[in-house]
Amino acid sequence: MKNNLLIALWFTLVTTVMFGVLYPLAITGLAQVLFPSRANGQLIERKRQIVGSRIIGQSFTGPGYFHSRPSSAGTGYDPTSSSGSNLGPTNKQLIERVRSDVQKLQSENPNVPVPVDLVTASGSGLDPNISPAAAEFQIPRVAHSRGMKEDDVRTLVQKHTDGRDLGFLGEPRVNVLELNLELDSLRTPL
Amino acid sequence: MTANGWFQIGLYLVVIVLITKPMGVFMTRVFNREKTFLDPIFRPIEKLIYRLTGVDEKREMRWTEYAVAMLLFSGVSMAVLYVIERTQKWLPLNPQKFANVDPALAFGTAASFTTNTNWQAYSGESTMSYFTQMAGLAYHNFVSAAVGIVLAIVVIRGIARKETDKLGNFWVDTTRCLLWVLLPICVVGSLVFVSQGVVQNLKPYTTVQLIEPHTVQVTGTDSKTTTQTVTQQVIAQGPVASQEVIKEFGTNGGGFFGANSAHPFENPTPFSNFFQMVLIFAIPSGLTYTLGRMTGSQRHGWAVWAAMAFLFLVGVTTVYWAEAKGNPLLAGTDQHASASQSGGNMEGKEVRFGIANSTLFATATTDASCGAVNSQHDSFTPIGGMVPLINIMLGEVVFGGVGAGLYGIFVFVVLAVFIAGLMVGRTPEYLGKKIESYDVKMAMLAVLILTFTILTFSAVSVVKPYGTSSISNPGPHGLSQILYAYVSSTGNNGSALGGLNVNTMWYNTTTAVAQLLGRFFMIIPVLAIAGSLAKKKIVPASAGTFPVTGGLFSGLLVSTILIVGALTFFPALSLGPILEHLLMNAGKVF
Repeated sequence: MKNNLLIALWFTLVTTVMFGVLYPLAITGLAQVLFPSRANGQLIERKRQIVGSRIIGQSFTGPGYFHSRPSSAGTGYDPTSSSGSNLGPTNKQLIERVRSDVQKLQSENPNVPVPVDLVTASGSGLDPNISPAAAEFQIPRVAHSRGMKEDDVRTLVQKHTDGRDLGFLGEPRVNVLELNLELDSLRTPL
Repeated sequence: MTANGWFQIGLYLVVIVLITKPMGVFMTRVFNREKTFLDPIFRPIEKLIYRLTGVDEKREMRWTEYAVAMLLFSGVSMAVLYVIERTQKWLPLNPQKFANVDPALAFGTAASFTTNTNWQAYSGESTMSYFTQMAGLAYHNFVSAAVGIVLAIVVIRGIARKETDKLGNFWVDTTRCLLWVLLPICVVGSLVFVSQGVVQNLKPYTTVQLIEPHTVQVTGTDSKTTTQTVTQQVIAQGPVASQEVIKEFGTNGGGFFGANSAHPFENPTPFSNFFQMVLIFAIPSGLTYTLGRMTGSQRHGWAVWAAMAFLFLVGVTTVYWAEAKGNPLLAGTDQHASASQSGGNMEGKEVRFGIANSTLFATATTDASCGAVNSQHDSFTPIGGMVPLINIMLGEVVFGGVGAGLYGIFVFVVLAVFIAGLMVGRTPEYLGKKIESYDVKMAMLAVLILTFTILTFSAVSVVKPYGTSSISNPGPHGLSQILYAYVSSTGNNGSALGGLNVNTMWYNTTTAVAQLLGRFFMIIPVLAIAGSLAKKKIVPASAGTFPVTGGLFSGLLVSTILIVGALTFFPALSLGPILEHLLMNAGKVF
């Protein structure tokens, strides 16, 4: 008993140094050398300012931008408090939130059912993507607001659409931030 | 449900089948102290650890000493984690200057990570310093996993050895598990994750200038609503990849960030997601092969595997069906799957994973005692959310946690052969060992303590204001939230119906107690059975011996698991998710 207690103390100390300190530091070193951009969050720079991470979503509200999904991370897309809504399927708050969002969106596209991901909050609150269907739904608004042809906007959407990984894993998806940045680079934002 | 979705689920099962034998053979060699190709690297480190800590690697222990060593190690390392949390303000690597964690939360978290539960009543990105995450939490991801695995090995030795009271040396088994089994895959795996976009740095959080500032309504503490303009986004960073890999490989499940594997920095791509799911089942599935190999009955190992795979398939089919069908209450939305969207119930799910990968992950993480989530189970449809709950209720024996799944199913195997013995009127036998009254009593003790813990705490929580005031989803879903909290804690899973506010005195304390009971009152009876079996003589199999191989045995095992689970939990389930399902389809909201 006493012997095992002593071993437990030393064992905790030695393994903490090995697995709690040396291991993560070694991985950090390797990651910074092998994949410097990815290890630091794939930050995007424009005019010497960091404007976002390629894989963290942002809120967009103007009609000339593609909008992201609703977010429950803080006041919306706050990476210091990532979270889903955690609203249950029969929770009034969920049903009413979706109803009001659907109404707003259908005023742009009357009578077209809204792709479900566009009115549901993601698990992280930081989803960088929308489905191609949700992007297609927004093309008329964005094109009209920017005075562009719908087909030109559609071409840009396709450019920022990733297919399934290896052709079969996951779902096709549109990167909202990169798409909006490219739209802005075509002309000054509205 | 789509063909592509089914293809991914099928492929996942195929990959698990393929890695079962190599993992099983490798673990057998490691714990039998046979030669492996990693010896030149790890043998010197192993010897160094024994010299520094004073371990005599030749000495073997009885089950009681093994249990004492395990408890002492858990106790000491849990205390160290508590101290790290309570002093992180003064420790290094705290770029965000987080305060010390308050006592109830620090205790709850220490219990949770020591017991391999990784239940989290906090969000990592706003609570824990990098040092606490690395040296406290990620460290426990390693050691709690190793402890689970070596206990499963002891159970296997108990079956395989005869007429001895020696079952191995806890310190030697743990060291070899950490070095040979866990570390190599963690090193390679964390780099795979970084290549996919999981971050790994020690930098302060990054401030981003938004290209479109926007206004938000904020309700202050005085409940007045004010309008604020948001011009910046602060992106949380950290040494995530090194923790991510052991989070899954050790079936721990505690996220670096609050959103866990839904967070793009923890799980950026469908490929990283697939890899996470494979890591979750890798060791538990491999251990069934180790069981067969060490006991000399490979077909028994596969019979156990088949029972697990069957329950896995039933589970994943049900969740996938329920979630793909969607939520009938969301009027005006298009929930149909098509080439341009996954459709279904997308609340709480990420676009890159869609329905198929969210439901597959939810099934795997609750079959195993992992508890990592890539979607929020609280927002699942009632039936979709009931399956994860049932998976944990059944004792997480469908592959199960690392080690915990194997010693968990061992309890049900003992009960199954006991029932078979009753039916044919003979003393039950299991791989040449007579199963006697002591063994069956210990097995039932494990089952009863877990059940008692879950039902008692849940019952108190649903009638007392300090329990019900934490509910965030009213109606039958509120019962599901509370039930899930104690099922997950006692089962050492750690996933949650996250809306329930568990960072309160009541929930922090009771979930911690449930986790400790669930871990150690499972382990000790199981060790006692292992000790008892090891002492017995081998009885040669005769015509009257119930075979523990083949479809009949797998079927009996599945039935035993389902009957015990259903008898215990059906009443609670019918008032929670089943009632909610009926009301949802009737158009009722709360």
